[in-house]
Amino acid sequence: MDSKTATVSVDIKKARKRRSKEIIRRFRKNKLAMVGLVIITIMILMAVFADVIADYEEGAIRQHSDQRLLSPSWEHPFGTDTYGRDQLARVVHGARVSLSLGVFTTVISLGLGGLLGAMCGYYGGVFDEIVMRLMDILLSIPTLLMAIAIVSALGPTVMNLLIAITISQIPVFTRVVRSSVLSVVGEDYIEAAKIGGSKDLHIILHDVLPNAIGPIIVQGTMSIAAMILLAAGLSFIGLGVQPPQPEWGNMLNQARDNMMTHPYLVIIPGICIAISAFSINLVGDGLRDALDPKLKN
Amino acid sequence: MLKYILRRLLLLIPILLGVILLIMFIMDLTPGDPATLLLGINATPEAIEELNDELGFNDPLLVQYADYIIGALHGDLGTSWQTSRPVFGEIMSRFPVTLKLAVFSIIVTAIIGIPLGIISAIKKYSVLDMVCTSVAMIFTSLPRFWLGMMLILLFSVQLGWLPTNGVGTWKHYILPVFTLAAPTAAKIMRLTRTTMLETIRSDYVRTARSKGAGENRIIVHHELKNAILPVVTSLGIEFGQLLGGAILIETVFSMQGISTLMITAIRMKDTPLVTGSIVFFATMVCITMLIIDLLYTAIDPRLRTKYTKAK
Repeated sequence: MDSKTATVSVDIKKARKRRSKEIIRRFRKNKLAMVGLVIITIMILMAVFADVIADYEEGAIRQHSDQRLLSPSWEHPFGTDTYGRDQLARVVHGARVSLSLGVFTTVISLGLGGLLGAMCGYYGGVFDEIVMRLMDILLSIPTLLMAIAIVSALGPTVMNLLIAITISQIPVFTRVVRSSVLSVVGEDYIEAAKIGGSKDLHIILHDVLPNAIGPIIVQGTMSIAAMILLAAGLSFIGLGVQPPQPEWGNMLNQARDNMMTHPYLVIIPGICIAISAFSINLVGDGLRDALDPKLKN
Repeated sequence: MLKYILRRLLLLIPILLGVILLIMFIMDLTPGDPATLLLGINATPEAIEELNDELGFNDPLLVQYADYIIGALHGDLGTSWQTSRPVFGEIMSRFPVTLKLAVFSIIVTAIIGIPLGIISAIKKYSVLDMVCTSVAMIFTSLPRFWLGMMLILLFSVQLGWLPTNGVGTWKHYILPVFTLAAPTAAKIMRLTRTTMLETIRSDYVRTARSKGAGENRIIVHHELKNAILPVVTSLGIEFGQLLGGAILIETVFSMQGISTLMITAIRMKDTPLVTGSIVFFATMVCITMLIIDLLYTAIDPRLRTKYTKAK
C-alpha cells in the first residue's frame, strides 16, 4: 500500500468515527429512546442475574401444594401460581428464555436473510429473481401460521421454536437488506472499488454494508420486539416453550384457568412482554431518527 | 388494464403451487408413520402397510404433491383423520367466523387508523399528536392475546357488559374485533402520519398553497390522494396478518373459527386438516394481495400506464 491510499483509508476511518459519534449524540438527545434503553437494560440485567434473584429449581420449578394461588405479599411479591410456585421466580427466569429467543432469532435470521439479500442486491440477475420469488412464497404465508406449521411438524421444543421463528423472519431481512444494498450499489465508490480490483465479498462487507446499514439496524431492533411477541404467542397456544420451563407466553396460558379469580397471574407476565417490546421499539425509533435525521418528522 | 389483471392472475399460480409444496414438505417432516398413528400401535405391520398404500404415503413426495394439487383444484383437500369428513367442508363450516373477525377488524383499523394519522400529521407536535403517537406506540408493543385477556377481565368480569366467549350475537364480536384491530390500527396510524408528513413537504403541495387553494382542498385533493397509496398496500398486507393473527384471538375468546379448528387438529396430529387449513389461509392471503394490487393500480394512474407499457 503506498502512502497516498494509506492516508485515504485513515481519512475514511476518521470520517466514520466522526459519523458514529454524531449518531450517538443524536440518540442520547432523544429522551424517549433513552428511557427505552434504560428499561430494556433493566430487563436484561434481570434475566442475567435471575439466579441471584431466585433459585431456578426451588423457586420456579418445584411445586408447593400448600402455597397454591397466594395473592401478592412480602414473601411472594408477584404471588404464587396454581402449582404453588413463586411467580417472581418464574418471571425472572422466564425473561431469560423470552428475551434470548427474541435476540437469537433476530441475529440468526438477520445473518442468513442479510447474506441472501446482500447477494441479491449486489449480483442481481437470475439469482436475484429466483431468490426473490422464493421469498414471495414464504411471505404469502402469515408469520404466525408459518411458525405454527414448522413447530407442529417438528414438535414443540425451544430449539424448534427458534428454527420456526428464524425461518419465518428470513424473508423480511432478505428484502430489507436487498433494498438497502440496491440503494448504494450504483454509487461511484462501489464502481471504484470494483475497478480497483477488490474481491466481491470484500466490497460487500467493506463498502456496501457500512453504507447501507442504517435501515438494517432499525429493522433488526424492531424485529427483536416482534419476535418476543411471536415466541410468546406460540408458547401461549402450546406450541412453544413447554411447561414446567417458565416462559412469559406459557405462563399466561397456564394462568388462563384462574384469570377471573387471580388476575395478577395474567397481568404480570403480560406486562413483562409488553414493557420489553415497548422499550425495544422506543430504542428502534430513536435509532431510526439518529441514523437518518432526514426521516425525522 | 385487462392484460395486467391476467398477468397478475397467472403470477398467482406459481406462488400458490410453491406455498402448497412448501407446506407439504414441512408437514412431511412430522415424525412417525401416519398409518401407525391412525391404527394405533397394536396394528399388524400388514395392516399398516396396506393403509399407507391406500392413503398414498408410500408414493414419492412429488406424486403425493401432484395428487394433492389435482384434488385441491376440485375443492378436495383430503379427509380428516379424526372425523373422517372432508377437510374442505370442515374448513368452510368454520370460515365465516374467521372471515367476519378479519373483515370487521380491517374496517375498524381503517376507520380509526387513517383519520387519526391524518389529524396527527396536520396538527404535528400538538397535544393530540403526542397522545396519538404514544398510544399507538404502546398498542404496537402489546401482545394481542394478552390485550384480549385484559379486555375480558375489564369488560366481562369487572363491568359485566360483554360476553367472554362464543359467537352467538354481535356483542360477542366487539371485544375480539377490537383486540385484533387495535395493534393494526396503531400501525396504520403511524404509517398514515409518516406518508402525510412526506406529502405535506412536497413541492406540489407548496404550489397548490401558493395558488391560493383552500386548506381543506389541499388536504383532500393534494395530500391525502398521494399519501393514501402506501396505506392501502399496507392494509392489504395487514389483512393477511389479521387472518393469521386471528389464531390467538380465537383461542382467547374460545371462538369456533378455522384457527381453533387448526390448533385442535395439531394436537390430534390430524395432518390433512392441518395442511388443509394452512393451505386455505395462504390462498386467502394470496388472493387478498392480488385484489390489493389491482386496487392499487386502479387508484394510481401512474402505475397503470407503467404496467401497460412495460412488457
